[in-house]
Amino acid sequence: MTIKEITGIIDGKVICCEEKILTSVEYAFASDLMSDVLTIEKENLLLITGLANLQTIRTSEMSDISCIIFARDKKIGHDMISLAKENKMILVESPHSVFYIAGELYKAGIKSIY
Amino acid sequence: MQFRHKIAGGDFAKAGNVASTVKKILRQLNIDHTVSKRIVIALYEGEVNVVAHAYSGIIDADIDATRIKITITDKGPGIADIEKAMEEGYSTATPQVREMGFGAGMGLSNMKKNSDLMKISSVIGEGTVVELITYINSYGG
Repeated sequence: MTIKEITGIIDGKVICCEEKILTSVEYAFASDLMSDVLTIEKENLLLITGLANLQTIRTSEMSDISCIIFARDKKIGHDMISLAKENKMILVESPHSVFYIAGELYKAGIKSIY
Repeated sequence: MQFRHKIAGGDFAKAGNVASTVKKILRQLNIDHTVSKRIVIALYEGEVNVVAHAYSGIIDADIDATRIKITITDKGPGIADIEKAMEEGYSTATPQVREMGFGAGMGLSNMKKNSDLMKISSVIGEGTVVELITYINSYGG
C-alpha cells in the first residue's frame, strides 16, 4: 500500500518528503520505545509513534524506516524535519491515536511484524 | 580505513551522528546491506549509551576487507556488574533518557545480537570500553 493511500485512511498530513508518497510499505510497527524499534530486522515498514523527538528520526534512519506516522498531532520540530529530509524520510501527522491508526491500517491490509 | 569521532555525554541532539556517518561510509564501500545494518544498529546503541551514561566518549572504527572493528571508549561512572547490565530489562537510565525512547535495558543485548564478537571492560569511576567486531562476509556464521 502506498503512503498516499495510508494518509487518506488516517486523515494524515504529510509534513516531509511529499514527493515520495507513492512509496509502498508492507509492514507497520507501533511503538514509543526506540530500543524496541532497533530490534526489528524487517525492511519496508513504517513506524507509528507518539514519541516526537530527534531520536525518533535517528532510530528510523538506522532501522531503514521510510515513513513515520506521528499520532495525536504531536509537534514535529524543525530539527526533526531537517534530519528527515536529509534521509528522504516521509513524516506524517495524524489527529488519531496510535490504537486507531494501527487498527485502521491493519484492517486495510498492512501486515504486523510479530 | 580508520577513523575516530568524539561524543559528548548528555548531548542527545547529536546522538547518532557517528552511526549516521558510518552508515554512509559503509554504503559507499558497498558493504552488504544486512551486514551494514547490523553494524550501524550496534554502533548507534553504543553511541546512545555513551550519551545516556557517560561524560564523554571516543569511537574508533577500523574497517578492512574482512571485518569492521568498533571500539567505544568512554569516561564515565563505569558498569558495576557487566553480567547484570547484559540482562534484558535491566537499566540504570535516567527519566530523561527514557523520555527519548531508550533506557529499557535492551541496548547491550541488542549490540551483542548485532555483532559477531563483543567485549566489555569497565572500571568503576573511570569508564567503559566496548569492542565490537562484525565480519563482513559471514553474516550468521
